[in-house]
Amino acid sequence: MTTAVRNQELSMSAALNRALADALEADERVLVFGEDVGPLGGVFRVTDGLTARFGEHRVFDTPLAESGIVGTAIGMAMNGMRPVVEMQFDAFAYPAFEQITSHLAKIHNRTRGRVELPVVIRVPYGGGIGGVEHHCDSSEAYYTHTPGLRVVTPGTLGDAYQLLRDAIDSPDPVIFLEPKRRYWSKGPVALDRSGPAMDRALVRRPGKDVTLIAYGPMVATALETAAAAAEEGWDVEVVDLRSLSPFDDETVTESVRRTGRAVVVHEAAGFSGYGAEVVARVTERCFHHLHAPILRVTGFDIPYPPPKLEEHHLPGVDRILDAIARLQWDDEVVGFGG
Amino acid sequence: MSVTDLSARERSLLPTELPLALLDKNGIPVDDPALEMPADDVLLELHRRIVIGRRFDTQATALTRQGRLAVYPSSRGQEACEVGSVLALREQDWLFPTYRDSVALVTRGVDPVQTLTLLQGSWHLGYDPYAHKVGPQCTPLATNTLHAVGLAHAARLKGEDTVALVLLGDGATSEGDTHEALNFAAVWKAPVVFLVQNNGYAISVPMSKQSAAPSLAHKGVGYGVPSCLIDGNDPAAVYATVREAITAAAAGGGPALIEARTYRIEAHTNADDAGRYRDSDEVAAWLDRDPLDRIERYLTGRGLLDDARRAEIQAEAEDFAASVRDGMNAEPELDPADLFAHVYAQPTKALRDQAALLAEELSS
Ligand SMILES: Cc1ncc(C[n+]2csc(CCOP(=O)(O)OP(=O)(O)O)c2C)c(N)n1
Ligand SMILES: [Mg+2]
Repeated sequence: MTTAVRNQELSMSAALNRALADALEADERVLVFGEDVGPLGGVFRVTDGLTARFGEHRVFDTPLAESGIVGTAIGMAMNGMRPVVEMQFDAFAYPAFEQITSHLAKIHNRTRGRVELPVVIRVPYGGGIGGVEHHCDSSEAYYTHTPGLRVVTPGTLGDAYQLLRDAIDSPDPVIFLEPKRRYWSKGPVALDRSGPAMDRALVRRPGKDVTLIAYGPMVATALETAAAAAEEGWDVEVVDLRSLSPFDDETVTESVRRTGRAVVVHEAAGFSGYGAEVVARVTERCFHHLHAPILRVTGFDIPYPPPKLEEHHLPGVDRILDAIARLQWDDEVVGFGG
Repeated sequence: MSVTDLSARERSLLPTELPLALLDKNGIPVDDPALEMPADDVLLELHRRIVIGRRFDTQATALTRQGRLAVYPSSRGQEACEVGSVLALREQDWLFPTYRDSVALVTRGVDPVQTLTLLQGSWHLGYDPYAHKVGPQCTPLATNTLHAVGLAHAARLKGEDTVALVLLGDGATSEGDTHEALNFAAVWKAPVVFLVQNNGYAISVPMSKQSAAPSLAHKGVGYGVPSCLIDGNDPAAVYATVREAITAAAAGGGPALIEARTYRIEAHTNADDAGRYRDSDEVAAWLDRDPLDRIERYLTGRGLLDDARRAEIQAEAEDFAASVRDGMNAEPELDPADLFAHVYAQPTKALRDQAALLAEELSS
């Protein structure tokens, strides 16, 4: 383990790659496998160079079968390994759904804790990359609705590194959602693990007037919105959830009680979406502090649109600003407009 | 195309047309067997364990009638597979069973009450998988095949001499996971033995509606997995075949697929009405091929088994059944707090709150 903080200019893909490399280095039980993760380095290059460095026994291509990847990862974990597997795209994880929900999520409970399954499933996730059908799903709610899984998503470069390291060290199975539209955003990254624990949310920007609750790809959008809102006179706080399951009630509740207003943002369809859970639990805990109903800004309730139309679907700064504007600032009742 | 048009590789992977056997239905050794007859002490142990396994099975079925088990899928008639395959395992090998395989579990040494915990409904699994190297019994069909492949592959990576035996049914061979598991195992040369207990039915659906393959063993060929077809009611043949496959896999030869032709004498479970999809003549024909009769006749004919010894084994089986009854008649210890304790390695805040809520409800 390197102790010196390495502050470097990296893309999110590269930060994830460093996390994998450091985990492989730190623990020989860590294995990385999936489709095209070997010599190619994964379609998003997250596993670039790892086979060359750690050998084919630890970083390898599998046959093309997602249930096979997760099912064998379960067996390997039973035998003491810590598999980190890649699903090539969000929608292509669905063949593995049975192994994930019926076994990965349950075996620890079934065996009363005798069998731990420290498996990480990395899922390139969400839209905004001009991907054609099946390449842009936001599938978080399928996983967060499954007890026994942890669901984590980094919104920043630093978290890409730290959360992936934490996920690999977790004794529980983790669905690790990588916001693919942020794979190539670059910035200085401290490759350390000094942030809060994996299951804690973080206030990314403090503010007094309203809490924007975001995660994964929407964290950057929320921060942009906060900057724009400042010009219109709203002091916006941005909470990055980081861990979707379990949910950090404490951090979020503390923020919303302080600001009295909140908007939840996600790319996934709103109906039965993750935001509904957030609104419900925050309302249950903050009712007397709220000056307006918590609003959601989400993708429409449609199959993910084709690339030339996706801009209409994805929550952007303007739509989020509109939602902030509807938070009953003048004590007049304003409908949802949607 | 005739068999001679096939390449040597293809021929080496193909099963025989007729099921391989060592003993015919009357317990007479077959001529020119392609398998090696197990040693006498193995045959005697096969017999003893089948007697005990069958007694366990009838006891479990009886417990459903008394409401002590929520449901029980009997393996009566399939004991050659349940016992023969497990006895072929070495201590360091792993077993990956299904819901059908309670007899295999007790043969492996799993405590019978812990074996029945799932079916009793007191927890989803009663035993520690590491204690006897028995994977969690899987109800979602064919999913255990992949766990076996993963465990076996990891064993190879670690340099361990471990083979995984996975049990599955004829119906389960139609599931995608079986396909993926055979393929992964073949590509990785994972030491896995797939034993398909073809008992003719998937609940009510007969083989004719399950597969158009010449045999289920043929399914291995397409993956490059050597496959064989055996008489699944011949305990000696099951033991010999599984043992051979384990030895080959342990030596680095990769996986094997064995189709064992057998028959489930009871309904799918006690809740099923088999009369709706099969007739009693069919059952009678299979009763005539009973695996226990077969090995008993052989051993008796050889003078290795006499009435006195049979009575001893029967008494042992009765004792075992009595202990199962006692164990199952005792009220299971249920602790509602368990519901929250093992969802994650450490209960989350939300689960601790919910556990407290339930505890409060229960104490008021
Ligand atoms: C994925 C899945 N689909 C359906 C079922 C319901 N089911 C339980 S047993 C069974 C029949 C299985 O037949 P087979 O594989 O031949 O095994 P057998 O019961 O005959 O031992 C079915 C359909 C299930 N358990 N899992
Ligand atoms: Mg069957």
